[in-house]
Amino acid sequence: MLTFTLRRLALFLFTMMVLTLLSFSLSFLFPGDTVINHSGQINATATDLAKLNEAYQMDKNIFRQYSAYLQHIINGDFGQSMASQSPISNEIIELLPATIELSLVALLIAMLVGIPLGFIAAINHNKTSDNAILSFAMIGYSIPVFWLGLLAILLFSIGLGWLPSSGKISLLFEIEFVTGIQFIDILLSDSPYKWQAFNNASAHIILPACVIALAPATIFIRLSRAAMIEVLATSYIRAARAKGLNFRQIIFRHAIRNALIQIIRHVGLQFANLVTLAMVTEVIFSWPGIGRWLIESISQRDYTAIQSGLLALSCFIFIVHILTDFIYAALNPLARGNNHGS
Amino acid sequence: MAVSMMNFKFIHFLTVAALISSIMGCNEGDISSLSERSIIYCSEGSPETFNPQLSTSGTTSDASAKQLYNSLIVYKGNKNTLAPSLASSWHVTRDGKKITFYLRQDVNFHQTSYFTPTRKLNADDVLFSFNRILDKDHAFHQISGGQYSFFQSVKFSELVEKIEKINDFTIRFILKRNDSSFLANLATDYAVILSEEYGQQLTTQDKQHEIDILPIGTGPFKLQDYRVGSLIRFYRHDEYWQEKAKIEQLVYDISPNKSNRLTKLLAKECDVSSYPIAHTTIAERSDLTLESITSLNVGYFGFNTQKAPFDNKLVRQAISLAINKQALIDTIYQGQAARAKSILPETSWAYDSETPELGYDPVRAKSLLEVAGYAQGFTMDIWAMPVQRAYNPSAVTMAKLIQADLKKIGVKVKIITYEWSTFLRRLSMGEHQSFLLGWTADHPDPDNFFTPMLSCTSREKGSNRTFWCNKEYDELLKKALTTTNMSKRKGYYAQAMTIINEEMPLLAIAHSKRFQARGTDVKGDILENFGGISFYDVYKSNNVSNTNKVMAPNKKAKVID
Repeated sequence: MLTFTLRRLALFLFTMMVLTLLSFSLSFLFPGDTVINHSGQINATATDLAKLNEAYQMDKNIFRQYSAYLQHIINGDFGQSMASQSPISNEIIELLPATIELSLVALLIAMLVGIPLGFIAAINHNKTSDNAILSFAMIGYSIPVFWLGLLAILLFSIGLGWLPSSGKISLLFEIEFVTGIQFIDILLSDSPYKWQAFNNASAHIILPACVIALAPATIFIRLSRAAMIEVLATSYIRAARAKGLNFRQIIFRHAIRNALIQIIRHVGLQFANLVTLAMVTEVIFSWPGIGRWLIESISQRDYTAIQSGLLALSCFIFIVHILTDFIYAALNPLARGNNHGS
Repeated sequence: MAVSMMNFKFIHFLTVAALISSIMGCNEGDISSLSERSIIYCSEGSPETFNPQLSTSGTTSDASAKQLYNSLIVYKGNKNTLAPSLASSWHVTRDGKKITFYLRQDVNFHQTSYFTPTRKLNADDVLFSFNRILDKDHAFHQISGGQYSFFQSVKFSELVEKIEKINDFTIRFILKRNDSSFLANLATDYAVILSEEYGQQLTTQDKQHEIDILPIGTGPFKLQDYRVGSLIRFYRHDEYWQEKAKIEQLVYDISPNKSNRLTKLLAKECDVSSYPIAHTTIAERSDLTLESITSLNVGYFGFNTQKAPFDNKLVRQAISLAINKQALIDTIYQGQAARAKSILPETSWAYDSETPELGYDPVRAKSLLEVAGYAQGFTMDIWAMPVQRAYNPSAVTMAKLIQADLKKIGVKVKIITYEWSTFLRRLSMGEHQSFLLGWTADHPDPDNFFTPMLSCTSREKGSNRTFWCNKEYDELLKKALTTTNMSKRKGYYAQAMTIINEEMPLLAIAHSKRFQARGTDVKGDILENFGGISFYDVYKSNNVSNTNKVMAPNKKAKVID
């Protein structure tokens, strides 16, 4: 387990190196002055500029410049946004939790819907219900997320008026920012309208989370179906059947457990996919998360925000990846022997 | 046994039902009362400051002027007459050079987390507010950039000699000359009264720049929270000097994307939406109302009167007669603009419904051209502005329509357009023959149309791009400014408009409207006659059975269908 951990850490460090190198080089590739792209201080006076050049060691060779840049990143100084002139680290701390919240809820929905459906399909292998679930998965996977988002708004917000179409919560509720995760903040707040706020926030998250969840859910269907079919064909299931265990016992005690382990490995991979979908969905549903912020930064040519935002987001996805690897390793002792990154 | 079983089940069912209904009912009640006491307004952008003195941007004054502040006097009613506000009365000396204001003595400033007032409004606050603009050495003059665009455009500092404090509740403005638009300027959204005590507090704390970011005023609402690009939250000012506002909370949901605003409006996430799109959809819905108000602007087609052939009055008249104005309004403004008779919109008090209009008459146009000696027609250019403005949403398309109209009388048109700043620069150098442009008034005084657009003085400074100069016209404007008699002034302006329509330095095309959409449960006037908005009178009523559409705020505004 120790070698496993160390290897993952090494992988993390090297990937981060490559990522920072990439974001460092972006400053040179973007139009404008490199040091201004690093720091985002577009209104810097001559003395400010001199100070910045000193801080980023712009007069030294490129390696010193890179290490100075790295120093800033490690100290949590991502520069400031060219558009709003506020520190990017603050903006990320405010916005990233909203994206995490949305992605987690979407992941939960995707797993709760996708995995059982996949199991049902596998158990009824090659029957009508299997085919029906598979074709649903195919259709669901083929629908573009932005189109689905707009359709959902048109139907559920405008047409039926059931669910709100934008934001995290109605602006009438004042919830103090503590963790950034809306539901936790609501429970921590002492607003007299706490439960109404909670209901309202739940209503706000349903549509975007379901839209994001659709594509990963279909992948979970196919993954869990394949895993289940594989498990059901193994000799220990046959042995269990021969021992006279009934269908329920076989599925719930043996098959599901073993199939789930296979799926958990893929949750991390799906999370990256999910965050990408979330970025598009955030724009459609005006969700105040990092994806919308990043896309706005692109349209405003806020180079500092683009490079730092990308760095923060990819770092976050990578951490999730490693975490799921650990969970997988903890659940499946066989994987711990696997020393190389998967 | 069976009976008791039944009973038990029944009671069980009843309790559950009662519980559910009580929970639901309670929830519903609380939510609806919170939203009933609040208004969410989908606004089109983030204000740059909360001090309307500093900016002429509509977004800024919408978010600040009528919500956070009061001015000394205001415009009231359909006739747009001046009425008291923070000044309970005022007196103008006979020569019009001394204006004395008597202040109300019961006016409270906002109490917020960042400021607690210890005294009521007095003359010091008025002095502070205006000296900040006038006195270049004032401690707050340079805070937030020192640009007071509106006051600079009306040459306020050249007009006011000094402001005197007579006593705690009396203040006197001494002017260098008589100017009848002075009171009008004080009644605009820009002439707000700030708190001098707050200014002092900020000075001692060395946080002067906060005066325009964390505002303190006397208005019906006070600022609670502002997040750039996201929301502005106002609370009701409970110690307001008039009856307090009917809603407790006012939230501006900043949504720059117009289809986003429409979605939020349709999904009931906002109660009122600024500048809505899809007017027909909104008008068709029984739960929404579309309102409009003709704002003080004019889109026009101007001629360079210094250049042949437009130095000839007959040619200008002929071209004007050949243009089908109604077709332009229907196509370019999609019927959502008022047809302009002259440069003054009908919302202005000086508007004279008797103003003659040239009309559309291509036959007469042709004969006028013959008289002028252009029987064979000629070739001209039209400069079309490259940007979209309320007064002209698409100048290039308009130029094409004019091109088609003029072809019928044998005049060939070349359409020219440049990038916006180049366009304006070349225009001011007089390189053009004719041009499509517009004018938006800064305040309701009619002089704001006549002088900057067409007077001889503005010709020299370049805002009169027709380069037209008429002594008689200028004389009338001067007379109008030196009298305070409204009906006399109206007469002078009517004469001036007759001269314009005779001389035709420009052809006024349309006065575009400002639109707003709201749910039918939102009652009370929001759109003000002079562009701005005010949520002071707004309230919500859940009386759904009352399906009568809320009629627009006054006679001039109409519900579009």
